[in-house]
Amino acid sequence: MPHLSVRDVCASYGGEPVLRGVTLEADRGEVVSLIGPSGSGKSTLLRVLIGLTRATAGEVQVAGEAIDYGHKAKLRALRRRMAIVFQQYNLFQNMTVLQNVTLAPVKVHGVARAEADARAFALLDKVGLAEKASAYPAELSGGQQQRVAIARALACDPEILLLDEVTSALDPERVGEVLDTVRTLAGGGITLLLVSHEMGFVREISTRVVMMDQGRVVEEGSPDGIFLSPQQDRTRSFVGSIIRH
Amino acid sequence: MPPDLSGQLAALLTWSNAEFLVGALARTLAMTVIGCSLGFAAGFAIAVLRRTRAAWLAPARWAALLFVETFRRVPFLVTLILALFATQQIAPELSLLGIATVAATLAATAYLSEIVGAGLGAVPDLQREGAEALNLSAWQTFWLVVLPQSWRVILPPAAAFMVMFVKDTSLASHLGVVELTFSGKILINRGFSPVLGFGAVLILYFLISWPLGRLAARLETILAPSQRS
Repeated sequence: MPHLSVRDVCASYGGEPVLRGVTLEADRGEVVSLIGPSGSGKSTLLRVLIGLTRATAGEVQVAGEAIDYGHKAKLRALRRRMAIVFQQYNLFQNMTVLQNVTLAPVKVHGVARAEADARAFALLDKVGLAEKASAYPAELSGGQQQRVAIARALACDPEILLLDEVTSALDPERVGEVLDTVRTLAGGGITLLLVSHEMGFVREISTRVVMMDQGRVVEEGSPDGIFLSPQQDRTRSFVGSIIRH
Repeated sequence: MPPDLSGQLAALLTWSNAEFLVGALARTLAMTVIGCSLGFAAGFAIAVLRRTRAAWLAPARWAALLFVETFRRVPFLVTLILALFATQQIAPELSLLGIATVAATLAATAYLSEIVGAGLGAVPDLQREGAEALNLSAWQTFWLVVLPQSWRVILPPAAAFMVMFVKDTSLASHLGVVELTFSGKILINRGFSPVLGFGAVLILYFLISWPLGRLAARLETILAPSQRS
C-alpha cells in the first residue's frame, strides 16, 4: 500500500483551474520530486495535501486512509503526520529559533518544555544551527532560516514532509547548505515530496520524479528515466531547457 | 513686558487660578485618556471582528464598517453635538464632561480600529499559513504569532493619534466643558489679557503633548529593531 496516494485531485485558484486531475503515489521512505514549469500546479498540490487549499475533486489517502479535509479533527490529525516547508521561509519573526521549533510541540501537542527543548536542540544540531537557538529569524541568513524551518517541520515527527521550492528564494551560495540538510533526511524513513528546480539535486536524491504541466502529471518515472530518456515531448523540452541553462 | 501685563501675571499666579487651570487640564486629559483607552479597546475588538470570515458574523462586520466609516468622516465637533443630543434622550443626567468623553470614545474607536486593523493586516499571510500548517488554532495563531508582530505597526501611530487627539478635545469647549481652551476664554472674561490667558493654555497643552510625543517617538525606536527582515 502506498504511503501517500493522490487520486484525480482538482483545485482552482481565483476561479481558474490549477490542478486538473492529479494522480500520484509515494511509498514509505520514498523521495518523490515534482518538476515542471512555473504555474504547473506543483506548489498548489502541496498546499492541497497539507490542507491550506481545498481540492474541488479527488481523494488523498495517507497509509490507505482517505483524508477528510472538511473535518477539523481529521485535518489536525493529518497535520500531525505531515509537515510542510515553504519557499518563503516563514519562521515566526517574533520568536527565537528555539521558540519556533518548540512552539507546536509545546502549544499543540502538550510536550513538556524541557523535553521539547532537548528535542529541538537535537534537530537544530542536525541542521547545524544549535548555536543559533536563541537568535531571531531576522538575524539569520536565508539559508539558515530555511534550515530552521526544516527543523521546525520535523519537530512533531511527521511521516511525510512536503518541501515547496525550499531553495528558490535563496542566494545561490546558500542553496547548497539547505540541499545538504534535505539530503540527510532522505533514506531516513520519512517520505519526502519535494518541488524543486534544482535538477541536479532532484536527479541525485529522488526515487521517483513526477513531471507536471498545466495542472496534470505529464510523466513519471525514475530519475534516470525522466532525465535521460523521457517518453513525452513536454518532458523532453522542459528537461532539455533546464539542463541547457 | 508692559507694567500692566506684569501686574496681571502676578494676579494670574494665584492658588485659585492654578486650581482652576489644573482642573481644566484634568478634564482635557480625562477626555483624551479615557476616550483613547476605551477607544483602543473597542477599536481593537472591531478590528478583530472585521478580520473574521465566519458567515454568521457578516451583519456584525457590516455594522462595524458602517460605524467606523461614519465616525471617521464626521467632524469631531459634529460627533460632540450628536453625543449631546443622543445622551439627552438616553442618559439625561450625564455631565457635559461625560458626554464629551462619550464622543471622544466614539471618534477614537473609529480611528484606532483602523490603526489596529492596519497593524494586524501588516503581518504576512505566510505567517498565518505556517501556524495553520503546524496545527495552531485560530486563537493561538492570533495570540502567539499575529498579535506580537502587529504591535510594532500599531503602537507608534496609535500614540501619534492620541497626541493629536489632545488638541481635538478643545472642541468640547463648544459644549461648555471647561477644558483647557474654554478655561482660556474664562480667564479673558475675568479681565486677563488674551496673551496671558491663552499663553497659560498654550504652555499647558505643550506640557501634555510634548511628553506624549516623546513617548510616541520612543515607542517607534524601541519597536523598530524587530522590524528587521
